[in-house]
Amino acid sequence: MNKLKIILSGIVKNNPTFVLVLGMCPTLGTTTSAENGMGMGLATMAVLIMSNLVISLVKNIIPDKVRIPAFIVIIASFVTIIQMLMQAFVPALYASLGVFIPLIVVNCIILGRAEAFASKNPAFDSVLDGLGIGLGFTLSLTVIGAVREILGGGSIFGVGLGISDYTPLIFVLAPGAFLVLGYLMVLFNKLAKK
Amino acid sequence: MELSYFAIIIGAIFVNNVVLAQFLGICPFLGVSSKVETSLGMGAAVTFVMAIAAVVAWLIQTYVLVPLDIVYMQTIVFILVIAALVQMVEIILKKLSPSLYQALGIFLPLITTNCAVLGVAILMIQKEFDLLQSVTYSVATALGFALALVLFAGIRERLDFEDVPAAFKGIPIALVTAGILAMAFMGFSGLV
Repeated sequence: MNKLKIILSGIVKNNPTFVLVLGMCPTLGTTTSAENGMGMGLATMAVLIMSNLVISLVKNIIPDKVRIPAFIVIIASFVTIIQMLMQAFVPALYASLGVFIPLIVVNCIILGRAEAFASKNPAFDSVLDGLGIGLGFTLSLTVIGAVREILGGGSIFGVGLGISDYTPLIFVLAPGAFLVLGYLMVLFNKLAKK
Repeated sequence: MELSYFAIIIGAIFVNNVVLAQFLGICPFLGVSSKVETSLGMGAAVTFVMAIAAVVAWLIQTYVLVPLDIVYMQTIVFILVIAALVQMVEIILKKLSPSLYQALGIFLPLITTNCAVLGVAILMIQKEFDLLQSVTYSVATALGFALALVLFAGIRERLDFEDVPAAFKGIPIALVTAGILAMAFMGFSGLV
């Protein structure tokens, strides 16, 4: 398979948020601002690339019957590493993402890619797949976060746009997450059909 | 932490509803909520597993992870315990109560990947609850999950008969509906 195609398919054709509709909890829970969404996306991407690499390397050693528990242990180890790194180097982001960092473990995107791609393909391709899907996820989360931040707080990446007196706070709160994701999905469907 | 049990229960069911305010367990919320009947089954199964998982997670945290000073292993240990627990519950139910297994059986494997179960286990440790408070909190959270699921299923059953624009069909209209439901639940904020 064409290497570039593997990466691109994760961003558009197999976009984890808008097409596969996977990993909805962090998508809704952490996109209160563009920065938070991007941080969550990058953390997930890091775990995804590492777990795809390791799973692809050990896929022939693991007996088929215990493969899911084994995958979960590998994923959980990388989540713990990322968790400790973020706590040490970006404590503010770590605090605002909260419980969603350890919950990367149960993000269905990661186990899904392990099962659907990494357990069948060579290591390098698996890393590229992790990169593509990870980029797709990061991009979606950043866009959702940016839309919510602009509509709800009148700023983008923390930079004020001078309209914060007129923006309805609801978009930063819980209902806004559902509404923004719902309408963005409609937009994506409309554009994809053309 | 000083919190009355009443405050914990009301807080977990209405004010900080696990689905509509904390965004945990969205996958089953969107996936299993097309019929009221199945969402009741899912709600019951989650309540059952969450209560047991809370007890086990609390015991492990207090008597294994903290004394051994390996709290950083929390994520790995909890997910393994929950996965094993779900398997065990499935096997035990099958032996002891075939009728209950018939009702809950198909939902049990789905629960391992329900982030609400792991999320509640982590949150109750963060909130420094004692054992009884933890159980109260997790059961109340699960009831909140069931409430949101059943309400949502009721709305979606009605939506089936509506003429939804093509681009909105399926997940998008469900998300917009959930957004309006979340707005309704915001009315509870500030209650506790």
